[in-house]
Amino acid sequence: MNSIILRTGTVFILPLLLLVSVVILLRGHNEPGGGFVGGLTAATAMLLHMLAFGPKEARKLLPIGPEAMIGVGLLLALFSGIPAMFAGLPAFKALWTDFEPVQGVKFSTPLIFDVGVYLTVAGVVILIIFSIAEYRGHRAIDAQHASDARAREEAS
Amino acid sequence: MVLTSVFSLFLLALVAPLVTRVAGRYAGWVLATVPAGWAVWYAGFIARVGEGEVITPASLVWVDSLGVALSTRVDGLSLMFALLVTGVGALVVAYAGGYLAGHHHLGRFYGYLIAFMASMLGLVVSDNLIAIFIFWELTSVTSFLLIGFGHDRAAARTAALQAMIVTGLGGLALLAGLLLMGVAAGTYEFSEMLEGGITLGDHPLYIGILVLVCLGAFTKSAQFPFHFWLPGAMEAPAPVSAYLHSSTMVKAGVFLLAKFSPVLGGTEEWAWTLQIVGGVTMVYAAFLAARAVYFKRILAFTTVSSLGAMVMLLGVGGPGEAAAMGFLLAHAMYKGTLFMVAGSVEHQTHTKNVEQLSGLMRIMPVTFAAAALGAASMAGVAPFFGFTAKYLMKGPIPEAAAGSFLVIGVMAMGIFMTTAALLVAYKPFVGKPNEAASAGSEAGPALLLGPVVLSVAGLIGGLMPGLFVQPLVASATAAVTGDAPEKALSSSIGMINMGTLLSTSTLAIVLGVVFYAVRDMLRRTTGLMDRLDPMLSGPVVFQRVLSGTLWFGRLQTRLLQNGSLNTYIRTTIIGFIALVLGLGANRLKNAFLWQDAERPSLLGMILVVLLIVSGVAATVFRYRLAAVAALGMAGVASALIFVFYGAPDVAMTQFAIETLTVLIFVLVFYHLPQFTSFTGRMQKFSDWVVSLAFGAVMAGMVMLAVQTDMAPKISGYFSENAVPLAYGRNIINVILVDFRAADTFGEIVVLGIAGVGVAALLSVSGRSQNPTKPDGGVA
Repeated sequence: MNSIILRTGTVFILPLLLLVSVVILLRGHNEPGGGFVGGLTAATAMLLHMLAFGPKEARKLLPIGPEAMIGVGLLLALFSGIPAMFAGLPAFKALWTDFEPVQGVKFSTPLIFDVGVYLTVAGVVILIIFSIAEYRGHRAIDAQHASDARAREEAS
Repeated sequence: MVLTSVFSLFLLALVAPLVTRVAGRYAGWVLATVPAGWAVWYAGFIARVGEGEVITPASLVWVDSLGVALSTRVDGLSLMFALLVTGVGALVVAYAGGYLAGHHHLGRFYGYLIAFMASMLGLVVSDNLIAIFIFWELTSVTSFLLIGFGHDRAAARTAALQAMIVTGLGGLALLAGLLLMGVAAGTYEFSEMLEGGITLGDHPLYIGILVLVCLGAFTKSAQFPFHFWLPGAMEAPAPVSAYLHSSTMVKAGVFLLAKFSPVLGGTEEWAWTLQIVGGVTMVYAAFLAARAVYFKRILAFTTVSSLGAMVMLLGVGGPGEAAAMGFLLAHAMYKGTLFMVAGSVEHQTHTKNVEQLSGLMRIMPVTFAAAALGAASMAGVAPFFGFTAKYLMKGPIPEAAAGSFLVIGVMAMGIFMTTAALLVAYKPFVGKPNEAASAGSEAGPALLLGPVVLSVAGLIGGLMPGLFVQPLVASATAAVTGDAPEKALSSSIGMINMGTLLSTSTLAIVLGVVFYAVRDMLRRTTGLMDRLDPMLSGPVVFQRVLSGTLWFGRLQTRLLQNGSLNTYIRTTIIGFIALVLGLGANRLKNAFLWQDAERPSLLGMILVVLLIVSGVAATVFRYRLAAVAALGMAGVASALIFVFYGAPDVAMTQFAIETLTVLIFVLVFYHLPQFTSFTGRMQKFSDWVVSLAFGAVMAGMVMLAVQTDMAPKISGYFSENAVPLAYGRNIINVILVDFRAADTFGEIVVLGIAGVGVAALLSVSGRSQNPTKPDGGVA
């Protein structure tokens, strides 16, 4: 898709959408929101950028690949369940601190867990979107085979 | 500290490849210090446990509400195994450094080996049944990795898969058995069963528990007819055979039976099952051992035979248990020795067949000395520990239920064991060195330490039983029988007639030597066995079952997943309708007769009309984009319903999903062929019928759900406790990340796997330029 309006608009909307996705994630414990919706919103933002600039540019925008996002997300979620075991509580029992990294959001194991959900969901959707966008299709592959065969024939 | 020993070894397994890179050729010695240190630490308990003390450190909570905890208990039995796991483990790690020196995956090998060690140690010190099961499965998984270590050879892959499937199936049976045991006893803590004096012999579930636990134990300990996987597992490198397939893992089944015998034992069923299965395995495998020609194969069959003898002795009960414990310890020492000797000979001469070697005694004198000590113990020659074990065995057996059969069986085993001992420790070493033997040289210190230490320990164990053998065997027996350690051994010793023992032992050894002398004739005359054994159990039956399963899988795939999306959806929907109507047609009919429904509001009516219109539009539009837009509209309309009826969270997610769905459709369209009408008139008609029926069933289910009194306790609990317990006002999110966090974790794992699956499918079909035939793991 080659549209000046879409490209120009995306440059402004992308950071806003990502910011909104983080807000949705953080406020999730008290207001509607949470890691799942937040992750979906972030993925939508990436999708928008990809439609405007193509998958190559969109990949450059990500600090780590979508596969790594899934892995990090799952590990974060898993590790958030472990501290409770050392406190003599069942795994995944929530532990809270009074430290507030953001106004009104207390640092806690459920927060880490929710960040893990956010990363996993966003990673999965982005991975699927990229895969589809980068898929060359059967016709493209058949054409490639045909041209390869022609090249071989000419060489021999 | 007991748990620390397990976890520190898991940690060591993780860093082992790194240590190997840093320490190079000394990595084996460096890594061996950790298990050696734990062996010394566990040895410090010998005196205390020998006096009947049981060490139960504090446990780590895991899933409290299900009764799952990482609780530990070190009694005599656990201590004996813990010492074997860490002590033999340290020797084997050092040995592996010599055996696999220079192998490019040596670091990985250490990692697998030490991870196995940690799992096995966890298994023997655990008190909780579920924890026992988890460590049990971990030993199966790590064993799979070790057998398949040489994964570039098809034989190694097949053997690994075979061992995994056999022990994995047994593991499933064991899980069911352990769960039933927990239900029957009312606790998953084994020590609570012992303290409560619980015996399950009269429980209605007893037969089920016994069958399932025995299946788990028999597959792991390679009892007939599951014995075939163990000789197959000899594909693994020699350190693995010495460690997993003789001293530790294969004994896990025996360990479990011994551990559970106070709770499950003492019944007719227990005695007969164990005596028959163990007895048959003992004789059958010993006979196969006497016929084999490959070093490790001979040893594998004698191992199966010895495991059979231990199972049989546990079935005999009482003094038989003391004999089983003594035999177990003796066997771990001499069989560990002999496997390491076999590995050294193979490593130095590159020959696996004992008949092709002679005169090694002059070339590998130290290895020969260790082999001779180990073999003497295996043949049960006095004064070796193996003789002591035999001595303990002779008393109780004639008294057993299957007594006369077992007396003959033990005699036969003794004869064939002697033949096998001569095959591995006499044949390759005596005489003039032949060509194959001259090619070799004496092994280095890493390859010598293990066999020498273990064989000398076997000799000391026989000469000075008071040093470590007697306290260990006595306290292990005490743990099994429940007597005090000092009494545990005396009852079995009192039953033995020294004269009979010596005469039968001598007879067995003499006959064993005779069979050794005529071994060629023995192999020829019983050539039928080569074809009969695979048919009885292993390769043939196993392959039949496996290929039958795969055939059924393919058939099912052809029927249900033929590649057409229409068929998938039709099958799913028709199946669903049939299920609902079959189970609850009557209740569904009543749902439609609902009287006190509220009148819908104007807003509700508008949304419903919007839904219907967009649904119909999606089916009649002739352009893809229009159809998808109509579907999106239906999604937004249902999201609006959530907005107006108090579920903002669900609405938000729904909006995000609808947006993404439409956009992804747009991406996919690029790859799709032209939109043409494929469906005929009949097909359309039947699709309409199916759709209408599905809609009616769903509507009925929704109405039924509204009328049903949904357990109010749960949602009440969540709304009351969201703020005080979880400090969150958004109940949905609190449920997701706190109350039901473990569920959510499972769901995001599934989500992640699905995402990776989609990406893999797309990238594979997009890249298959040079389709190569995949190399099947199952031959």
